[in-house]
Amino acid sequence: MRKFLLVLAVGMGLVMGCGKKSDDVKIGVYASLTGNTATFGESMRKGIELAFEEINAQGGLLGKKVRLIVEDDQSKPEEAKTAVVKLIKRDRVVAVLGEVASSRSLAGAPECQRSSVPMVTPASTNPKVTEIGDYIFRVCFIDPFQGEVMAKFAYQTLGLRRVAVFTDVKNDYSVGLANYFEKTFLELGGKIIGEESYSEGDIEFRAQLTTIKSQKPEAIFIPGYYTEVGLIARQARELGFQGPLLGGDGWDSPKTVEIGGSAVEGCFFSNHYASDDPASVVQDFIRSFKEKYGEVPDAMAVLGYDAARVLADAIHRASSFQGAKIREALAQTKGYEGVSGRVTIDQNRNARKAAVVLKIENGRVKFFKRVEP
Amino acid sequence: MKSIRQVLFCVAILCFFFFLNHFLTLYLNPYYLQILIYAGINVILAISLNLVNAQTGQFSMGHAGFMAVGAYASAFFTDRVGPLLHSFFTHVLAFPDFFSSFFIFGFALVIAGCLSAGAGFIVGLPVLRLRGDYLAIATLGFGEIIRVMILNMDVVGGARGFTDIPIYTNVFWLGLCVYGTWMVIGNLIHSTKGRAFLAIREDEVAAECMGIHTTKYKVGAFVIGAFFAGVGGALLAHEVGYLHTNSFTFLRSIEIVVMVVLGGTSLVGSALAAIVLTLLPEVLRFFSEYRMVVYSLVLIFLMLARAKKWKST
Repeated sequence: MRKFLLVLAVGMGLVMGCGKKSDDVKIGVYASLTGNTATFGESMRKGIELAFEEINAQGGLLGKKVRLIVEDDQSKPEEAKTAVVKLIKRDRVVAVLGEVASSRSLAGAPECQRSSVPMVTPASTNPKVTEIGDYIFRVCFIDPFQGEVMAKFAYQTLGLRRVAVFTDVKNDYSVGLANYFEKTFLELGGKIIGEESYSEGDIEFRAQLTTIKSQKPEAIFIPGYYTEVGLIARQARELGFQGPLLGGDGWDSPKTVEIGGSAVEGCFFSNHYASDDPASVVQDFIRSFKEKYGEVPDAMAVLGYDAARVLADAIHRASSFQGAKIREALAQTKGYEGVSGRVTIDQNRNARKAAVVLKIENGRVKFFKRVEP
Repeated sequence: MKSIRQVLFCVAILCFFFFLNHFLTLYLNPYYLQILIYAGINVILAISLNLVNAQTGQFSMGHAGFMAVGAYASAFFTDRVGPLLHSFFTHVLAFPDFFSSFFIFGFALVIAGCLSAGAGFIVGLPVLRLRGDYLAIATLGFGEIIRVMILNMDVVGGARGFTDIPIYTNVFWLGLCVYGTWMVIGNLIHSTKGRAFLAIREDEVAAECMGIHTTKYKVGAFVIGAFFAGVGGALLAHEVGYLHTNSFTFLRSIEIVVMVVLGGTSLVGSALAAIVLTLLPEVLRFFSEYRMVVYSLVLIFLMLARAKKWKST
């Protein structure tokens, strides 16, 4: 036992003492590689690694090779903080990429802000994350934005004028989407007729749907999760409602079609990216991702890739590795051509970019249209 | 004369941790400081669970639940009541900032401990009628109940988590809390009452025949354990600055149980195990994605080494 402890102590000294000096530039990544959301973290890491592999093949950043330091946070907020402190204080990375989940980003971001190290999160949608400070950015859209996108899509593309809204009241994601949808739709000149609500876990929606139907809307906006959407769609069709149903990225699950069946045919929802988007950026990315990992990238991999690319672009424009200068350049990101859309960073350090609208056709989810903000 | 010496001793302890804090924040890399603080918090948790599991022999797996109570209660206090107290201290009593935050966090720690102890009492009274596996399952269930209740409370952020908690935890507070936990539990188990805990562990029926009020002592151990778990939770909350109920699942409880089992019955053992098990994942960052695999292997190896030593003594 004592011998073992001795070995442990020596090993520890060796590991902690081996801070190699080299000419590489270090970029830190913290991700949930183990724990309950490990699939998200793995996907994000793959996207980021692919991005920097390509960048290094093209000569690296400002003439230096990029060395990624990936740290696992076991899907725990307190471990996320440790990982970020390690990346910044021990490895002295120039910038940090991560986390997928808002709960871990909220634990890690204050440390980046305090040390003036820019952080770009690929997929944390909670508005509070970027409110932490001026060094924190994101490349995904936040929840309210999707409401705006769907309102524009409904009004301009589908030519709808009279829409009802059906909200999950206990869920602030759903309420946020609904509020912004209504606001934008009214501004455009449309009419919101009938607002009804349900709570997560309900299975009976006929009462609300009957009220909605009596107002004769052209479509219903349902910003809920896939668990209820399928049932709502079935019951709406039973009551004889024929118009399209609209939703947000909460619909993004095979369950929507599985439960909804023919009831969700011809419905639309917004999402971050579509794998059958014909744009060449998307198809090129999918090809190289498949070559390297042998699988189709999911939304997390795409957002990870875009986060890395946006950061690299900012470092190029800053032509410096100083935190403050990278921050400046990141804040001025305009129209960067990413896989998940053209990214522009607004004054709140959130991404303004296109969302894709997907259509459900013959039981499959298909790319329909990109909607610019 | 004795009381003067006690006061002097207290002042000396305070000064010691105060200067230690200054020294470490100046000269130690914040990354190592962070690990040190987590290690200290785990020491508090392991020692407090040691009293329940190892000394009194009541197998509890709900420690994370009590941590959560302490963490959320103290965070609520410093976030909502703290600013009011701060303006009262600085404007009305003209305290300097340092003393103001000293008192606010001091109160927060006491409140955290007391509320957790209260929760421990409520949970302990019905549950401690059970024994062995049944007790373990029941405490595990209660831990989860506490967690899910907090998850559904909107005043503490619910599913989105509790943000913007002020960072108060430092080596000074950590040192005081570890020292306090050690002194209280260490002295307790070597006192007459401590013998009663041991007697219950060895044979409950025999202990009862000797006139020990077993329910009282079992609940007592549980309440004291919960108190310090709450303090540990409060320190964690004010170190990370953000709370989410996912940090307090039963896996967290199991981590603490592992520390106690690895450390054996003694307090020193539990404390050492807590330190080793906090350092280990950090040291193993070297292995990147295989880190947790290697961690588990080392854990098995440590347990085997422990078992051998157990047999030989």
